Amino acid sequence: MSQLVIQNLHVSIGEKPIVKGLTLTINSGEVHAIMGPNGTGKSTLSKAIAGHPDYTITSGDVLIDGVSILAQEADERARAGIFLAFQYPSEIPGVSIANFLRAAQQARLAEGEEIDASAYYKRLYSKMDLLKIDRKFTSRAVNDGFSGGEKKRCEILQMAMLEPKFALMDETDSGLDIDALRIVADGVNTMRGPNLGVLLITHYQRLLDYIVPDHVHVMYDGRLVKSGDKSLALELEAKGYDWIKKELQAATA
Amino acid sequence: MSATTLTAPTTLTGSFTPAAFAAHLASLPPSLPTWWLDRKRAAYARFAALPLPSRTDEMWRFSNIGTLTLEGFTLPGAATTVPHAPIGIPKAAKLVFANGRLFSRQVLSPELAARGVIVDTLQNALVKHEALVREHLLAQPPKLGSPKFGALHEAFLADGAFISVPRDVQLDLPIGIFSYALGATAAVFPHTLVIAGENARVSVVEYFGSDSDDSAQFAAGANDLYAGHGSQISYIGKQDWSHRALSFQSNSTVVRRDARVQSLNLHLGARQARHESLSQLAAPGAFSEMLALTVAEAGQEFDQRTLQIHQAPNTKSDLLYKNALRGTAKTIFSGLIVVDPDAQKTDAYQSNRNLMLSDDAEACSLPGLEIQANDVRCTHGATSSRIDPEQEFYLQSRGIAKEQADELLTFGFFEEVLNRLANDDLHEALRTLIQTKFKK
Repeated sequence: MSQLVIQNLHVSIGEKPIVKGLTLTINSGEVHAIMGPNGTGKSTLSKAIAGHPDYTITSGDVLIDGVSILAQEADERARAGIFLAFQYPSEIPGVSIANFLRAAQQARLAEGEEIDASAYYKRLYSKMDLLKIDRKFTSRAVNDGFSGGEKKRCEILQMAMLEPKFALMDETDSGLDIDALRIVADGVNTMRGPNLGVLLITHYQRLLDYIVPDHVHVMYDGRLVKSGDKSLALELEAKGYDWIKKELQAATA
Repeated sequence: MSATTLTAPTTLTGSFTPAAFAAHLASLPPSLPTWWLDRKRAAYARFAALPLPSRTDEMWRFSNIGTLTLEGFTLPGAATTVPHAPIGIPKAAKLVFANGRLFSRQVLSPELAARGVIVDTLQNALVKHEALVREHLLAQPPKLGSPKFGALHEAFLADGAFISVPRDVQLDLPIGIFSYALGATAAVFPHTLVIAGENARVSVVEYFGSDSDDSAQFAAGANDLYAGHGSQISYIGKQDWSHRALSFQSNSTVVRRDARVQSLNLHLGARQARHESLSQLAAPGAFSEMLALTVAEAGQEFDQRTLQIHQAPNTKSDLLYKNALRGTAKTIFSGLIVVDPDAQKTDAYQSNRNLMLSDDAEACSLPGLEIQANDVRCTHGATSSRIDPEQEFYLQSRGIAKEQADELLTFGFFEEVLNRLANDDLHEALRTLIQTKFKK
């Protein structure tokens, strides 16, 4: 049982403040969805937590089980249990998925300890079977020339292998057709359980038909402005984001 | 000491004095043909007369001329041991040279020998296969700026490898040639001559290594690849000399009708390494694929000069040289594609890609074209780039530390070249060699 606490977080890109005081607690076993219009800071939030060097955290904190991760490099945060599923995963020519995942596993071992290759492949293949991914997939270079669906499948496979405590899924549904969306949703649902907390970042309600969240939050202008259960997502789908904007304007008027 | 030695222009010959040359000639077996000894004497005369490259020499543009030296080297004696061979893949035959002398060998199977395949020393071949050697040994004049070092090689070449695969014979396993320089100031002159007869197929893996990374050695090597009608030659050269060595290597490839040659040179060692590679597409349908990978470390200079000459119609050449530079390393790539007037339908490609892993490294690129035919396709280009920060973050976000992430991305950068190899064992062996240098 773990807890990810985001405390009054402020994030800037260059001089420009994007996230302006966001607070959220995610416990293992919970699936939280953050919805909101474009340009409201959703992707910035996930990249800042994962440690992207272009994003500056100007104040606030992010803690895993009471320990701040903000002084850590991106790779240390990953080893501490954070997994960012990218909206646009990078292509890594010449590095096979198998070697990439192996390096990621090796990085989690103590200095001087060597990965057990046969146990690694056994585990890799069992995860692939679980996610219904063809074994030939792992000899391909990471995301190199992949379709949108293949890239997302690759993200899900990495997530399954790395077994994070918290997965931040950044607009995982963008640009996916319904079959690809289902692959992603099936993957997340398969891994969902008492050892994993999930933060789903999405623009559309569509993904939430497949991954049913425990909590739904609306993000607007760098803050969470409304929280509720899955019915909030349906309300947003029916009424659009203008409804939230009007409510906020009325409150601040 | 005689008066001639005292007055000889030592700056032009350095350690390779007339007396040293006389001693070298005296050390050769008496059975060698006269024409070869005459050629060596003529080569020595050229060497002794030619100046060292100068700053104004266009063929040496960007090269560090001040660090070229012929002083302080010795012609070493026979060796009693050689380092462990680093490429443990199955081979059809093997020749190991230490300080220019045959040290050990793995002979061909009786079946291959019976079919006329020859893997022997040059000294033996000069006697037993005189006509073939005379036709092909150093037959192409040096065109890439090193007539002095070419002449020095020919003058002091003691022994090397001779490989001949006759018509219609195809070897499944590669032939391994190992050349070691042993001793703190040893000078070596390795040579490999490969002749593929009509429709023959042969693969050669050559390794150049030293006893220690601290030896201030000297190497002036060369190889000749001759691909007869319809034949296939695959040549892999791994230059892993001491990091204090000064190295010159010249490759000459002649590709006849419908033949194809693939060469891949891996450059790891030496403090300063000049590599000149010439491909002549001599008859229609000829194809030469020229590949190179360089891992350049702090203080090393790798100077690569290439020439793709299309002499006949419907010929193809494809050059891809990739360098990864660390620390204060420097690389130079100067490549020229020449298309003769009647070489219509030439398809020539030339690409140099540099991955800059340090702000202090320097990569110079001089791609060039000289086209005299009007119906050709020639493309060339050079790029220098750094590690992409988004790729680096992607790897880091999976828990891989920055240093390992950069290493993986660099190996990925090299894979494009290694993937062109048909032999998986060789691909793996080369990858291991590169990784070893990275982890040093």
